[in-house]
Amino acid sequence: MNEMSPLPTVPPEAVPLNLSRRSFLGASLGALVLGVALPAGGRAFAQEAAPAIVPGTRVNAYIQIQPDSTVLFRSAFIEGGQGIFTAMAQIVGEELDVDPTQFVVEGAPPGPDYTLIGGYRFTGGSMSVRMSYDAMRKLGAAARRMLLQAAATQLGVPIAELSTQPGRVIHAASNRSIPYGDLATAAAALPVPTDVPLRARADFRWIGKPVARIDIRDKSTGKATYAIDLKVDGMLYGAVQHGVRLGMEPGTLANEDQVKAMPGVHSVHRLPGAVAVLANSWWRARRAVEALQITWVEAAPGSTVRVMPADYSSEKHLADLKARTGDGLAFETHGEVGPALAGAARIVEASFDAPHLAHAQLEPPSAIARFNADGTLEVWAPNQAPEMFQADAAKVAGIAPEKVIIHSPILGGFFGRHFLYQTANPYQQAIMLAKATGRPVKLLWTREEEFLRDALRPMSLARFRAGLDANGLPVALSAVAVGEGATGRWFGRTADKVDSSAVEGIAGKVYAIPNRRVGHVHVDDPTIIGFWRSVGHSMNDFFYETFFDEMADAGKQDPYELRRRLLADNPRHRNLIEAVAALSGGWKRGPFTAEDGTRRARGVAMASPFGSEVATIAEVSLKGGEVVVHHVWVAVDPGSIVNPAIIEAQVNSAVALGLSSALLEEVVYEGGVPRARNYDGYPILPPERMPKVHVRIVESGAPMGGIGEPGLPGVPPAVVNAASVLTGQRIRSLPLSRSRLTDMAG
Amino acid sequence: MDITINGQLHQLDIEPDTPLLWVLRDELGLTGTKYGCGLAQCGACTVLVDGQPTRSCVTPVDAVAGSQIMTIEAVTQDPVGQKVVEAWVSQQVAQCGYCQSGQVMAATGLLKQTPKPSDEDIAAAMVNLCRCGTYNAIAAAVRHAAQA
Ligand code: FES
Ligand code: FES
Repeated sequence: MNEMSPLPTVPPEAVPLNLSRRSFLGASLGALVLGVALPAGGRAFAQEAAPAIVPGTRVNAYIQIQPDSTVLFRSAFIEGGQGIFTAMAQIVGEELDVDPTQFVVEGAPPGPDYTLIGGYRFTGGSMSVRMSYDAMRKLGAAARRMLLQAAATQLGVPIAELSTQPGRVIHAASNRSIPYGDLATAAAALPVPTDVPLRARADFRWIGKPVARIDIRDKSTGKATYAIDLKVDGMLYGAVQHGVRLGMEPGTLANEDQVKAMPGVHSVHRLPGAVAVLANSWWRARRAVEALQITWVEAAPGSTVRVMPADYSSEKHLADLKARTGDGLAFETHGEVGPALAGAARIVEASFDAPHLAHAQLEPPSAIARFNADGTLEVWAPNQAPEMFQADAAKVAGIAPEKVIIHSPILGGFFGRHFLYQTANPYQQAIMLAKATGRPVKLLWTREEEFLRDALRPMSLARFRAGLDANGLPVALSAVAVGEGATGRWFGRTADKVDSSAVEGIAGKVYAIPNRRVGHVHVDDPTIIGFWRSVGHSMNDFFYETFFDEMADAGKQDPYELRRRLLADNPRHRNLIEAVAALSGGWKRGPFTAEDGTRRARGVAMASPFGSEVATIAEVSLKGGEVVVHHVWVAVDPGSIVNPAIIEAQVNSAVALGLSSALLEEVVYEGGVPRARNYDGYPILPPERMPKVHVRIVESGAPMGGIGEPGLPGVPPAVVNAASVLTGQRIRSLPLSRSRLTDMAG
Repeated sequence: MDITINGQLHQLDIEPDTPLLWVLRDELGLTGTKYGCGLAQCGACTVLVDGQPTRSCVTPVDAVAGSQIMTIEAVTQDPVGQKVVEAWVSQQVAQCGYCQSGQVMAATGLLKQTPKPSDEDIAAAMVNLCRCGTYNAIAAAVRHAAQA
């Protein structure tokens, strides 16, 4: 129950209603006509849907008020730890006048009502709140107005005499009140008003406040239900063994008959690139599929998948990237880099690289597929993009997309894992198996199969060349990134245009260096690549911000002061870097001796990811050849905020992942096969290596930026910059676990 | 085979080397206990076996016949477990939540044996992985529960 102090009554309505447009969903979905053009970029489902639906406007598509006045809310965005369900409850609840604790939020089905990101829908790019904030407030306000209207009719009083308190409409004059639940049916049948005034920011009770997450108790008691926990009647359990290299196909199964006779086994199936066993429990299916003696056949010429060459290795790919010289295709240019470099007093050069990374989210991928008697296909699968999964599932099943019902359970971590990556999602296999058997199938990949088929953060390399003037200040910077971006891979790349996801974090930097150029050399990445928390920023800010310190050192500048100086005309960023310095007790680079006797140093970095601005300081020492990170201070400016507690949690989470990538993580291929197939070979940050994290939120009032990813990119460079102070040697390759680091002071 | 889960006796007809995790999840429908790695690496599958935090993914079910097994589904019926859950709520620990059943069980096991743990005790006992990086909140919640 709500333990918050009593909430003030929302003042009566004074503004006349504008009921120019009609809307009611639920009762008769699609019966209304909204004469509003679709936003540019809207297509696919939006265009097919007639009449046209403006995403985020139809109250009944989102809000269902239950008889007990709780709110069932269908979120366009999927919850995976980032707190979006709570944020939605806060934003909508604020305007609807319902306490966020009274919300039950679930992932919405596919449909044009939910394509809030320019006519598309996905949970990613740290976009959920910033792309839907206005629409969701208006939606909540419209719904509240509908409840008021229903109450006015029921009580026979003018709407202007009515007000609301959380969950109820109040008629003060007659001392009467009606719970929302009693008005829900009548309200849902009313037209959706437009132009309902929104609450003033000063009156916010939940937006901008550290409201408790609505899913915490369920997640602390095992009640939260993920895809892996779902069950449907009559289902078979499936496990697969994939060919170790993509493109390999199953040939002979030497012991198929013995495996079929194993306990509980239902059937054995050949799938593209895999063999599956179905059984009456998952453990039996797994044991059986792992007992299968499969001869794998190399990919046939013309194979439609991306064939992994047998001689591929991470080492070889890195060498390929290093061999690709040249300035590449220009992405960003200011001034004249060539002449400025030629005229510089001093040139600084360095190149950096970062490895492939796995998502390693704790919930392994699974999917349930069920063909229903009415010709529909239901799919339950972890996903960040229901419409894309729907379209693809329809193709796999050979039916129309509208016959596919996608359920989007909460995610046991995602970090970019659950986009549509051909060959990296199990639901296609589940559909094929359900089709083959006529039974519902639940397919779960083992952790080992997941490490084999995950879509990786690309490997990348960057070369920098800076020109310093006689005072040691940078006058020119040329940067070239070499590799492939995930956006180009999955959404199309043109040869004459740089994929911004490959250069973001090298491009878009805020320092006033008068002449600069960012270029890109495209090299196909032989692995399946994907989006990994903060995408290109996850490595590019490391490249740039560590090179920045090299540049500062070469010019005998303090790296913090040089950053401040190059932000002199940029109050937002200057303010931010000063904020993080203040948060850390004032900038000091070190080395210095801490109270516990360890020799420590600090590093600083800035990043501009996903519409937010971030400044990060890390404090480290060295122990046994490894970096120990004691503190990370983060000042983040997302413009304006919805929930400071969730932001702090997300920054903690992003620091952990960023640090994990800097210290430990790399996917290493040898002979076309990843070396690690579980956490033993791919260590992720353990609790004992988690630093203290200190967060300051700066609300500059700039347009709202993202939160899920921005805390990450500054961490690897801040840590490496600090470690380099102690080692006296620059570190240019991640992860740090590759090298044994020693203090130059001995 | 007979096993006792959350105080209830279950008769199972199952291969004796089946991991306890899959007995819980698929045979008994107790899906609060999670599968993360199957290799004793992550701790998402942690349950208490006679009060001892145990990784159920590598525990054959016949090894725990005759033991008292407690899973997350019964954690609030235990006074220590209840305190732990309240601390998890008040400290707002969970993010994706997937590791948290195992974390809560590990904390419950710790506080049952060591009601007033030192920071070192906490670090030694709370070794489960969390990809969302909730480690600081976990440690704070254990301290909080120990004081409750
Ligand atoms: S699933 Fe048992 S330790 Fe990971
Ligand atoms: S809360 Fe997501 S793995 Fe721990």
